[in-house]
Amino acid sequence: MERRYYGAGLPYVPTKDLRGKLIVVEGTDGVGRSTQMGLLQQWIELQGYAVVTTGWTRSSLVSSSIEAAKSGNMLNHLTYTLLYATDFADRLENVIIPALRSDFVVLCDRYIYTAIARSAVRGLTKDYLHRLFGIALVPDLVLYLNIDLETLIPRVLESGGLDYWESGMDMDLGQDLFESFRQYQTLIIREFDAMAAEHGFETVDARAPVQVIQDQLRARVAQVLQDGAPKGA
Amino acid sequence: MEPFAPSSFPGRLVVVEGIDGSGKSTQLMLLRKFVESEGIPLIFTEWNSSELVRETTKRGKRKQTLTPTTFSLLHATDFAHRFTYQILPPLKAGMLVLGDRYIYTAYARDTVRGMDPEWVRNLYRFAVRPTLAFYFRVPIEVAMKRILTGRVKLKYYEAGMDMGLSGDIQESFRLFQSRILQAYDAMAEEVGFEVIDATLPVNEQQRIVRAKTMKALEGYTTRRHIERMPRLYSREGQ
Repeated sequence: MERRYYGAGLPYVPTKDLRGKLIVVEGTDGVGRSTQMGLLQQWIELQGYAVVTTGWTRSSLVSSSIEAAKSGNMLNHLTYTLLYATDFADRLENVIIPALRSDFVVLCDRYIYTAIARSAVRGLTKDYLHRLFGIALVPDLVLYLNIDLETLIPRVLESGGLDYWESGMDMDLGQDLFESFRQYQTLIIREFDAMAAEHGFETVDARAPVQVIQDQLRARVAQVLQDGAPKGA
Repeated sequence: MEPFAPSSFPGRLVVVEGIDGSGKSTQLMLLRKFVESEGIPLIFTEWNSSELVRETTKRGKRKQTLTPTTFSLLHATDFAHRFTYQILPPLKAGMLVLGDRYIYTAYARDTVRGMDPEWVRNLYRFAVRPTLAFYFRVPIEVAMKRILTGRVKLKYYEAGMDMGLSGDIQESFRLFQSRILQAYDAMAEEVGFEVIDATLPVNEQQRIVRAKTMKALEGYTTRRHIERMPRLYSREGQ
């Protein structure tokens, strides 16, 4: 399968020699992404493939700017979106692409879809966002951990409580943190569901036990890894 | 589709563009003195000067790890911040905003560095179209002479050293700025530049700049009304 960009891409970076696999795990906070990704990485390595992981706002270039801006509340929605896009671009060029070129499996803890969902619910147009994030490579696989709000809420509360940004408190949905979280996550989940259909995510029910979810993820990853196996192997 | 919305705010936005050494900043400084003497309230803004990403840009430049895409996005982030806090409010308040460089600087630089022109135009779609955009056109050799006699040291990214055009910083600067010049020339019609011959005497250029600016400012303070943001924002997600 030929690798391609979603939109304009990085015109100066050819995609021909990007032989590795790009696997994305998406899902809202508290859905169990980290647990599943840890297990998945171990398993992929056991299969004999080298793995590189990268996550949201982990770029060395801008992550401190994002943290500083969050704490100072200086950001408006547009600036926030562009700062995330910068972080993504930095990781795309300095982590993801070099790893793919070296035949690694790249496991991404969230991808452009998180940024698109967050920005879209804050009112930026889909057209603007799709073109902006048209720099991204189309992944080989997007695993979407899907959850309903009623299951999500107790999990989030157990694991440290509601966070200002994850509750969308910047959106003036109301002064009540819990109610804001409910409304915000409902909007986010709706965006994800729409993208799941549009971009062909592999949706996995995140309410199932950890091992059941993991088995489903592995089955899908195994297919993708096989696709890339040498012919006749 | 229009690349971005024409300004219908009560204020006015006048910007200058041109390669390094074109004399645009000098011309804007002289225009500012004149406008202030006329008693017109104004705000002055420069490309790449906000607190938010200045540190990041510095860090990236020091390590020279900026790619064309991150370079482009960092400047867009910076501009978005500045646009929201420094440019939009005075435009809404009916003031005059003078900009030393505007989004056309990004159009030129980013495409010369290899970004897709349409992608760059989309990136800046949130901005408003200036009332007037002066482009100070100057041959590369004239600009080089002004720069090399006036300034101590050429800077890495301004000389386009990241593009590997030449190992010699002066030669790299010349090649890079020549391409920027071509990019400005190519977009002049599309974006509606007011082209000024930057080889003319300084006061002669300034006479033209002042006349055109005053014409653009005619009667603007009387038309104050509330205006909505250009259509980058919608609530279609809800």
